[in-house]
Amino acid sequence: MNLSKILKNTFLVLLLSIVVSACATKKTVNIDSQIQGDVYTGTDTVEYLAKGVPDRVFFATNESILTTMSRDTLRKQAAWLRENPSVNVVLEGHADERGTREYNLALGERRANAAKDYLMTYGVSADRISVISYGKERPVDSGSNPLSWSKNRRSVTVKAN
Amino acid sequence: MKKFKLILNTILILFISISKSYSLVEVDITRGNLNPLPIAVSPLFQDKNSNTFFKKELNIEDLGSEISKVIENNLKQSGLFNPLSKEAFLQKSDIAHLKPRFEDWALIKSQALITGKVTAVNEKLKVEFRLWDVLAGREMLALAFTTVPSNWRRVGHIITDKVYQRLTGEKGYFDTRIIYVSEEGLKTKRIKKLAIMDQDGFNTKYLTLGNELVLTPRFNPTNQMVTYLSYFRNLPRVYLLDIETGIQEVVGDFPGMTFAPRFSPDGKKIIMSFAKDGNSDIYTMDIENRIVERITNHPSIDTSPSYSPDGKFITFNSDRSGYQQIYVMKSDGSNVKRISFGKGLYGTPVWSPRGDLIAFTKLHKGKFYIGVMRVDGKGERLLTENYYQEAPSWAPNGRVLIFYRETKSNDKGEGFTAKLWSIDLTGYNERMVNTETDASDPSWSSLLSN
Repeated sequence: MNLSKILKNTFLVLLLSIVVSACATKKTVNIDSQIQGDVYTGTDTVEYLAKGVPDRVFFATNESILTTMSRDTLRKQAAWLRENPSVNVVLEGHADERGTREYNLALGERRANAAKDYLMTYGVSADRISVISYGKERPVDSGSNPLSWSKNRRSVTVKAN
Repeated sequence: MKKFKLILNTILILFISISKSYSLVEVDITRGNLNPLPIAVSPLFQDKNSNTFFKKELNIEDLGSEISKVIENNLKQSGLFNPLSKEAFLQKSDIAHLKPRFEDWALIKSQALITGKVTAVNEKLKVEFRLWDVLAGREMLALAFTTVPSNWRRVGHIITDKVYQRLTGEKGYFDTRIIYVSEEGLKTKRIKKLAIMDQDGFNTKYLTLGNELVLTPRFNPTNQMVTYLSYFRNLPRVYLLDIETGIQEVVGDFPGMTFAPRFSPDGKKIIMSFAKDGNSDIYTMDIENRIVERITNHPSIDTSPSYSPDGKFITFNSDRSGYQQIYVMKSDGSNVKRISFGKGLYGTPVWSPRGDLIAFTKLHKGKFYIGVMRVDGKGERLLTENYYQEAPSWAPNGRVLIFYRETKSNDKGEGFTAKLWSIDLTGYNERMVNTETDASDPSWSSLLSN
């Protein structure tokens, strides 16, 4: 093994340990373990489209990336939608209150579309899904704290008919 | 949609005289003013017959005195003037208007004096006023106005504009209106209505009933039209509203959300964002021929556009770098350049009516700032820091910004308020602007009379 390779590997290991320690510190500040990273993982506000099919997914601040848990929820939604082909849905995208209003409208739209894309890859056709963004206009939790904000950064799948 | 007639009856302005000679009183508005100019606003005098007429017409006991209060309040709010208590005045208003005894006014430390006279002439309101330089002992300005009596507050605002201009050398911003979003109810289901009021918080009119969510209204350059976002039928779209007729229409035929609208400086186009498939780009629509043009084309969020006053450039915010930052481009969408490089996120850039500055919202370490930078991004100055505030809008003279500020709620959501605030470009004179309800998304009109 030459020197550059050794250096690279050391660097990788270092990087990994930084990531791990970052996660560890984050976990210690978690509120009731309802937030992981910056994403809400609790069930406080969650409603169900059908038994075992949660209606919403949550996002990190300024992000529209779907977490493992979100993808799991959306696969359940897709399966349920495939079994119920007469049901159409609206995906409502939301942001927390800690951003400018107009940017948040765009961010809500981006989040709802991230969920839509995922439903589509699991076999739900685009014409059954419409998307609307509420930006920061319709929080589900009116508190001004990190837990409240994490519940508000969401995309909710609502039956349209 | 409620119909609402904007009363824009013409106000005849007659110049009696403007003294061109150098005066001793002047106000420097380019720096924070910690010593506001002491000024006496004598109640405007009115004769008995006029008094009876205006009492019948407007149900106001002493119109001259009320107009002087409008002027006084404007001067005080500007932060540049210190209107003196009327109780200290030694000279009666009718005599002072003819020829002030300057010693009397100097004695109470007044450096400038406003006197005036209100008369009913053919069922109209005639207001004369004079501005006096107390130290030099001479008249600086004399004007007369004739209008319908119901316009009396506007007369007070126009007089303030003339006084401000004479003493600072820059145009005023008092005969203006603010369009904003009135807010009521719980944070989780806020009821929002479009509202218009005079710059000083009076004459509030509601333009929508609150049945649908409305956001981000903006005036056109002549203040006759408003563009805004409405969730009418649960479809968030940009609308155009003619204030006088109450007629509203959707702007363009977009298969998705349109938002963040503003007018071009010539009033011919609306510039806005269109969101589709998770991507927001900036578009314009020509109001006359309905031609839609795409201005940005980038897989990031591009929004909050604002034209330079000459219409040649557009500033906007985009997260194409990974985070929300401010950019400037030519109005055809070419030559996109990032201009914000400080720490934190930058949004809602608004080009100053003077062309030299861009006002913005900055988010850094959990705090929100309203600030200004030069159009090349240099010379950033933060004017005010708070828990949450955003969306500045310029007064037409480019000296004052209005924005909205929200307070932190407790865990139950209590303690939440949204209010309008204004601040000088100097960073001094931060004031809450009175509104009947909670309020957000303010936008300043241009001067109603020029």
